[in-house]
Amino acid sequence: MSILEIKNLRASVEEKEILKGISLTVKAGEVHAIMGPNGSGKSTLAQVLAGREEYKVTGGKVLYRGKDLLELGPEERAREGVFMAFQYPVEIPGVSNTYFLKAALNAIRKHRGEKEVDAVEFLKLVREKMKLVKMDETLLRRPVNEGFSGGEKKRNEIFHMAVLEPILGVLDETDSGLDIDALKIVAEGVNSLRDQNRAFVVITHYQRLLDYIIPDFVHVLVEGRIVRSGGKELALELEEKGYSWLEEEASALATA
Amino acid sequence: MQAVVERSSAEKNVYVEGFKALEAEGLAESEALRSLRRRAIEGFEALGFPTPKMERWRNTNVSRIAKAQFRAAERPGEVRRESLAPHVYDGTGRMVFVDGFFVPELSTPLKLPAGVLATNLVEAKKLHGGLVESHLGHHVDFEDQAFAALNTALHRDGFFLYVPKNAVVEEPIHLLFLGTTPETAAYPRNLLVLEDNSQATIIESYVGLTEEAYLTCPVTEVSLGVNAVLDHYKVQRESLAAFHIAVQQSWQDRDSALRSHSISIGGALVRNDLNGYLDGEGVSCTLNGLYLVDGKQHVDNHMRMDHAKPNGYSHELYKGVLNGSGRAVFNGLIHVHEDAQKTDAVQSNRNLLLSKNALAHSNPQLEIFADDVRCTHGSTIGQLDDDAIFYLRSRGIGEEAARSLLTYAFASDIVERIKVESLRQDLEEYLFTRLPRGEVVRQAV
Repeated sequence: MSILEIKNLRASVEEKEILKGISLTVKAGEVHAIMGPNGSGKSTLAQVLAGREEYKVTGGKVLYRGKDLLELGPEERAREGVFMAFQYPVEIPGVSNTYFLKAALNAIRKHRGEKEVDAVEFLKLVREKMKLVKMDETLLRRPVNEGFSGGEKKRNEIFHMAVLEPILGVLDETDSGLDIDALKIVAEGVNSLRDQNRAFVVITHYQRLLDYIIPDFVHVLVEGRIVRSGGKELALELEEKGYSWLEEEASALATA
Repeated sequence: MQAVVERSSAEKNVYVEGFKALEAEGLAESEALRSLRRRAIEGFEALGFPTPKMERWRNTNVSRIAKAQFRAAERPGEVRRESLAPHVYDGTGRMVFVDGFFVPELSTPLKLPAGVLATNLVEAKKLHGGLVESHLGHHVDFEDQAFAALNTALHRDGFFLYVPKNAVVEEPIHLLFLGTTPETAAYPRNLLVLEDNSQATIIESYVGLTEEAYLTCPVTEVSLGVNAVLDHYKVQRESLAAFHIAVQQSWQDRDSALRSHSISIGGALVRNDLNGYLDGEGVSCTLNGLYLVDGKQHVDNHMRMDHAKPNGYSHELYKGVLNGSGRAVFNGLIHVHEDAQKTDAVQSNRNLLLSKNALAHSNPQLEIFADDVRCTHGSTIGQLDDDAIFYLRSRGIGEEAARSLLTYAFASDIVERIKVESLRQDLEEYLFTRLPRGEVVRQAV
């Protein structure tokens, strides 16, 4: 069954069209990588999937497990099992990282008709997941992302994902700015969640992450369109040749 | 013009009459204390009620109070012991005042070490007249503050604390002031004297047990000896129709510490004047405040810190959450005298506006006459962070709960600083019940 079906999606920011008709189908168990140069629309795609109001969908549709995703508010998407690992996670002073996560987990469980977890169960779960992303326990007690380093913020996103166990995980340039150790930790976090019922869309600028999270499909986004799709070897080809040959192709196509 | 003068003197008459009635009762007071009252009522007659033309009252108009002409209650309203339950705090001794009168039947015995005097002011004037005389009216300026003058002239009772050298009062003392009788005025007068190396914790709470309008006009004077420590909590939960105009004046000797927390929740029109005089080296003064306004509530916090000697420390953090058409005023002045080198003064006022019609005035000021000091001030008036709301929502938390969670985080920053556990829990509980989707917040913090 398809987890995500994007059909001819168009979206604008401040009246400027960024996504110019994207189609993509992600099935359960698959990992799709979306690559592309700066300004190609990668992050816009992530924001549209997360439900940011500033990004206006002007055409096409997005189905999540057969439901119209665009009809759902951001919290409903999360409760239905969509997780967005943000490129720039927000600092929230005064809100404890752990307690907030407990509220989030219980909102999701409640939506699924599951019993809410109590403090003891939650702590057990959190300890287990923390090890996965090698997170320091002090980061749990601190306010969400406040004073976290760039790498800690990204790891915290993966930690949230590990606790919330989504059906669809979208990673928006989670690898940007990470050193190789942090990158491996992020990749391990994702790989540990990979199974036949889940799917991931990994948005990245760099091929390096894909050495650790092996994708089933790679798509190249240029100027708001997917200009090429292939297997993991496409990422290697991009690494070798860069994006310029595809950009040239795309502009040739646009002017043709 | 004639009419204006007539009205203004008519507004004052009711208080002058009140003073005469009080004098006629034959209060058991020394001549010195009676003369203090006389000077105060004369002071009030000369001052009259403040008007918005006066700089310090520019944003707070008390003409409603002047027009109301409330007389002091003649006797305390009936209060059943059961109705106190929601307003008391575990682990504290309690003195209860109703409409300005001390009510011993509602109070509990205080746990006091030897030598500590803690009693209602009427009793203190009888038993410890000399001590009272040497402090009462000595700290607060009633020649320039009309409401302090009114209180000084018209107070009936209040609380008196004297902690001798080296004594420590461990159990917090809770002063509960209840307003129960509509259209009356009460003037609680508190005097807290802590001698060298002594320590105490005082909670002043003001609660309305009527929905109607009334006036509470308290004055608290604080005197801290060398190295003395006072934790002072004020919780204002008057009725939503009430007027609450309060003055607190503290005087601090060398190395003493005042940790003041002011929580303002109730009242239609509220003004807190909080003045501190740091009169010794190494004095520290921490002022934390939280005010919540909604509907048409108006809350004004006016503070003045005088740093008179070197190495003083004063840190103010006042935060406000404004909803509905609520109004808040913050005016903080730090005055650093010429001798007060190495002063460390920080003043911060943060306002969170939850509605379009709420309005905050914030005016932190520094007057510095010393040349080697660290003084900073700042104020913010803003809304909830949209990015933070989106982030919380994208993790599954509903929009309303996300807003409440962020609002709680903003407010609890002050509540968390309260060291009396029962009081802190009571205020946290209050926030949970007041905020929409409070149950999500309760679970998440």
